[in-house]
Amino acid sequence: MSAAMSTVPSVINVGADLLADAVSAQAVEVTRVDWQPPMPGTAGDLATVVGDPARAGANDRALQAVLGVTARLVDVLPASEAVGLQPGEFLHAGPPITWERASGPMRGALMGGAALEGLCASPEEAPTLFESGSGVSLAPCHSRSAVGPMAGVVTPSMWMFVLEDTATGRRTYCSLNEGLGKVLRYGAYGPEVLERLRWMSEVLGPLLQASVRATRDSVGPVDVTGILTQMLQMGDEAHNRNRAGTLMLMRDLAPAMVTSGGEATHVAEALRFIGGNDHFFLNLAMPACKLALDAARGIEGSSMVVAMARNGTDFGIQVAGTGDEWFTGPAQVAEGLYLGDYDRSDANPDIGDSAITETAGIGGFAMATAPAIVRLVGGSVPDALATTRRMHEITLGENPRWSVPVLEFQGTPTGIDVTRVCRTGILPQINTGMAGAVAGVGQVGAGLVTPPAEIFPLALSRLAERARDRVDD
Amino acid sequence: MTNHVEVRAGAYADSVTLLQVSRTVQAVDGVLAAQVAMATALNVDVLASMGFDVPGETTSNDMVVALRLETAASLDAALAAVDEALSSASRRESGTTEVAPPRTVASAERRAPAGSVVVVSVPGENAFVEAVDALEADSDVMLFSDNVPVEQEVRLKTLAAERGRLVMGPDCGTAVVDGVGLGFANVVSPGPVGLVAASGTGCQQVLALLDHAGVGVRYAWGVGGRDLSAEVGGRSTREALDRLERQEDVELALVVSKPPAPDVAVAVHEHASRLTTPVELALLGSGQPDLTAAVERVLERLGRTVPSWPVTGAATASGGTFLRGLFVGGTLASEARIIATDRLGGDRGHTFVDFGDDAYTTGRAHPMIDPTLRLEHLAEAGADPDTAVLLLDVVLGHGAEADPAAVLAPVLAEIERPVVAVVVGTAADPQDLARTVDALASAGAEVHLSNAHATRRAVEIVEAAQR
Repeated sequence: MSAAMSTVPSVINVGADLLADAVSAQAVEVTRVDWQPPMPGTAGDLATVVGDPARAGANDRALQAVLGVTARLVDVLPASEAVGLQPGEFLHAGPPITWERASGPMRGALMGGAALEGLCASPEEAPTLFESGSGVSLAPCHSRSAVGPMAGVVTPSMWMFVLEDTATGRRTYCSLNEGLGKVLRYGAYGPEVLERLRWMSEVLGPLLQASVRATRDSVGPVDVTGILTQMLQMGDEAHNRNRAGTLMLMRDLAPAMVTSGGEATHVAEALRFIGGNDHFFLNLAMPACKLALDAARGIEGSSMVVAMARNGTDFGIQVAGTGDEWFTGPAQVAEGLYLGDYDRSDANPDIGDSAITETAGIGGFAMATAPAIVRLVGGSVPDALATTRRMHEITLGENPRWSVPVLEFQGTPTGIDVTRVCRTGILPQINTGMAGAVAGVGQVGAGLVTPPAEIFPLALSRLAERARDRVDD
Repeated sequence: MTNHVEVRAGAYADSVTLLQVSRTVQAVDGVLAAQVAMATALNVDVLASMGFDVPGETTSNDMVVALRLETAASLDAALAAVDEALSSASRRESGTTEVAPPRTVASAERRAPAGSVVVVSVPGENAFVEAVDALEADSDVMLFSDNVPVEQEVRLKTLAAERGRLVMGPDCGTAVVDGVGLGFANVVSPGPVGLVAASGTGCQQVLALLDHAGVGVRYAWGVGGRDLSAEVGGRSTREALDRLERQEDVELALVVSKPPAPDVAVAVHEHASRLTTPVELALLGSGQPDLTAAVERVLERLGRTVPSWPVTGAATASGGTFLRGLFVGGTLASEARIIATDRLGGDRGHTFVDFGDDAYTTGRAHPMIDPTLRLEHLAEAGADPDTAVLLLDVVLGHGAEADPAAVLAPVLAEIERPVVAVVVGTAADPQDLARTVDALASAGAEVHLSNAHATRRAVEIVEAAQR
């Protein structure tokens, strides 16, 4: 029989099963694609964008640019110096937002920030200030090369990590993590919140600066990308679980902190604070991810997502091939578990720039490496493996540095492709904390969330428009 | 309402498990609130804010079970629920570890061996993106889908040319790739003829006739009905011819197509003239030799004997006026129409219906898979005294109906009008050619292997009936 001598190695079938059956009947291996129609109304734009001669090369360049970045911790500075934040300027998470449209936790964080900066006598007086708009302005962290978890509010006196890509000198920034519970980023602004923030500015920031600089100048700056490589092999997915990363950071900085000349009690306080906050490293994972993704910004024709971010009201994405434009839709409420006797009705819609980790292929995308947290939604270990595998369906490639041992060291799924999200209807899986909907409450739970589906067809439509314009030129 | 707080020294579960346990217990009847947590400073604060009194001497290595109950009577049930939830949280459930199938061709390409052939049969408006995935992974594409816009076809074939890949289609029903049939394909042996076919059933007719003559085919590349149009410019035809040229055992290449656009004809002829493999053209259209004649010419060029094309059974004229052609193969229908109208001098009320046409397939399977629609028309035309002869085709091979004779023969047996049928198939086809032919002949049909011969016989019956 001729088929036995065939050089046809295998057939991939997409569409009618009958045609796959006919090939199988000839003893030829068939890979069957589980095809489903794309998101409604996207077929035409998909053909345009996928048919764009620039796309394949642009996406290759975008992916390689992201994978080529190594983020190092080079400094710790007040926001006034790091990003030049002026009195009255506030950075916040997510796409642009006004006070009028801001959610409870965003308002709470802005109120606390205003009081911290002495713009008003107490947080309770801040709403009048923001309503009047006089002397205050809001801008997304992303617009200043920064990222912020949850509300992501940054004011000039807050200290920020400074990460640098050695090869290009590009930098990104992120505030210091306050810990869990009643904290500013979850919208709490009580006296204990402001007291902690003052201690962070007066004690923790300067100590970290001294130790980061001393480490940088002696053994070289802390390789944040390298710590991410290691922590992914230690059960962290670097969004909702940063335990190993936090401890490795402390290991790297502790010697220099001890010899920094700071008061011993302050050093002890700082180390206790870092060691007691499993999420401390999140604020390094996030700017490391942003530093990598920013390398792909502005690559014309690329359909790769370079940012996913939420402000508590809107969920927005930015795409490599569409400049700084945000494509936004309503932020969703996460599915998950609640602290205390809080429930879904207490939770604010999704908030924070921390989805930058998923955008870079970790967090929810690396769920398989952190099976402990799949229980946040009552799932199982196989669910975690399935989640990571599913994210490979919508990504351009794998990260060879960030691998998942339990999946035979397969690289993490990297580079969300707008066209593949629209084709498959598979939405990026994000691990997240949940803030209380009412200003001042703080954290109410943690769980899993996805972006609103409609923002991907919006981005696709703009990519199609730009592709058509290029042909016309 | 009553509060219950107990400290379990030395008990441990991770915080996520405990959140889950708390949620489970909270759902128990009579429980107003439940918090099972390690007694960390944060959790003790949370418990205090909920109104629970936690004993001061706890440490973060102790587990606190705090319950708020409607009445104390619910306590035992609530504590049992805590224990059950704690033990089930540590129980291993066997979730599925099966890997989900790929959702796009791009994803499938990462899993399949390199150099696969990708068969695309999704709706036409979605076919392009899957085909691009295949080409970007350096695979050939068989585009079974129809309704693919011509500009997408040009784009695909340009991309394929850049990568040395072949796009078969769109609307490509049949291909044979190194002996493997794709789409609707007959089982043939390898041999000296290579095919380049713009038509699926046209290709199948050629395969069937060559097989009967003892001539095999290792490669039958489909190219799609528009490949030799001015817009597409014969891109796939040229690539397919180049591939046959590289195949040492191919002695002759046969191109089956509608007549090409004039410029394209020149280009293809020029291209063919640079090849060492001789190229024969079988063009489908008025004034051209039919496919059977083209196959005979191929056999002669190869120095093979032209066999007599088999006929089983005999139909005889018995009145009526019209030829009713009911086809599942588009090329077979148009070949019959051309031959018959040439002979009968125009349409004159004779009909040649292609049940594979879009008008009959929207929302339903191709008639080679689902015969229902044609069977209905067949019964109707068979009962009409104005019908002089029924002419129909049956196509065998991979992908086609498992046993077309089983449903067709009983309908034919009820029909009193003469029936001429062509059965397009090879001896090795899964349906069993001989058995199919016998079943139809036993039901009263005159059965041919050649569509052209079947059509001429039908025309003779019309003419005899009209005399």
